[in-house]
Amino acid sequence: MVKSLDKMVKLAQVNHLPLWEMILEDDIAERQVTREDSLEKMLGMYQVMKEANRDYNGDLRSASGLVGNDGEKLQQARGRGEMLCGDFMGRVMEIAVKMGESNACMRRVVAAPTAGASGVLPAVFLPMQDRFGLSDEKMLEALYVAGGVGEVIANRAFISGALGGCQSEIGSASAMAAAGAVALRDGDPEEVIHAAAMALKNLIGLVCDPVGGLVEVPCVKRNVIGAVNALAAADMALAGIRSQIPPDEVIDVIRDVGERMPAALRETGEGGLAATPTGQEIQRRI
Amino acid sequence: MNVFDIVGPVMVGPSSSHTAGAVRIGYLARRMMGEDIRQAVIGLHGSFLATGTGHGTDKALVAGLLGLMPDDLRIPDSFSLAEEAGLEFQFEPANLTGAHPNTVQLNLTGDSGESLEIVGSSLGGGRVSINGIDGLPVSFQGDFPTLVVHNEDKPGQVRDTAAMLSDYHVNIAALQLSRDVRGGYAVMVVECDQEIPVNGREWLKQRDGIWKVTYLSLEEEHG
Repeated sequence: MVKSLDKMVKLAQVNHLPLWEMILEDDIAERQVTREDSLEKMLGMYQVMKEANRDYNGDLRSASGLVGNDGEKLQQARGRGEMLCGDFMGRVMEIAVKMGESNACMRRVVAAPTAGASGVLPAVFLPMQDRFGLSDEKMLEALYVAGGVGEVIANRAFISGALGGCQSEIGSASAMAAAGAVALRDGDPEEVIHAAAMALKNLIGLVCDPVGGLVEVPCVKRNVIGAVNALAAADMALAGIRSQIPPDEVIDVIRDVGERMPAALRETGEGGLAATPTGQEIQRRI
Repeated sequence: MNVFDIVGPVMVGPSSSHTAGAVRIGYLARRMMGEDIRQAVIGLHGSFLATGTGHGTDKALVAGLLGLMPDDLRIPDSFSLAEEAGLEFQFEPANLTGAHPNTVQLNLTGDSGESLEIVGSSLGGGRVSINGIDGLPVSFQGDFPTLVVHNEDKPGQVRDTAAMLSDYHVNIAALQLSRDVRGGYAVMVVECDQEIPVNGREWLKQRDGIWKVTYLSLEEEHG
């Protein structure tokens, strides 16, 4: 697979293919499947995202009891028209929390790129589909673009909190969602990769500090910042703003910062929020 | 890696390594057992031991041993499913020197009284590696149709296996051999590019010195 966003854009241009289609072609070659097989599998992923949102249950609690019902609270606040961020962004936040909670409560999600960050893509894509009246086929274009960007990040840096901190989980998901959002607005490939770069830049250095080592606190709420940040980055890119540091170099920073990050801040539950007096007390309790 | 390693897998939360990977290890072990499992002693190592309960690693492993896949919504209920299915299980701490932090050692007994020991590690993103079978080191991820042949360590075993595969036009992607002592208990792991027909596997089982043949089919897994 392509190890560079810049090369990915150039390859698409040389082959006169839209970015999403080049990533689809790559999957067809890589897994030796038909075009229909690949599209069907991706549609399956999108269906699961929709089902996970539809089947959200605000009565569920995680095994530790720390997580549950917050998606319900956001839904109600949005229903009352109270969201400072407006209804569209309110729905984005609501879905991000709902997906994060569903994951913590052992419901079915799509890891994208990880289970802990599984709320970001649906939180951005589901409200966009409704707002712009997009077909499922169009949504698949965003998922391929998101997947392609994620592959480059996985190749050049990390997509797990244990290796690179939260910047490589929520950060990667945010970059993927930003790229997909631009694709849904028919942005050009340059805008796609700069949206990804700007989303990633905003989350450089974010540590992985889960309380008790569980994918609950602060993971659920970090899905919100991943999704909101993705839309902000997409808007900037579509407005013509570019990352002054080229996208591939930004990804290399994720690797560099991840490698310098102490182990205590990489999913061990020994630093950050996990190491606070309250975090420690919760850990003893569970 | 492909695009569905990034957008995917579909899984039951909360953790791709501690939940989805754990189900998959259990599932692969069940497939290698080749029959329902009656008893399981589950040795948890490293991070599986330290944070496994909060991630549902225990429920996930039992779910896999029952043949459930990582996206099955019944995973949280696996303990009661095990009781219904007559699978007895117990957990214990395991200290496996040099093993990956997310590792489990499964000592299994099947319906027929057959026993099998599997060591598996969860590598992240739901991907796993089987690192040991019956005390012998192996390394495969279950990404290919995989034939596991337990055999007496003597000449001709690899030839018979390769001949069978050749007869059915199956190409070998990777082949690993290990044994406990010269002339003792050997395990052959053959990862293939194509599925191996049941007739070929049955033929192999009848060969002299072949003790057990188990098979991981990707077709069945997706079906």
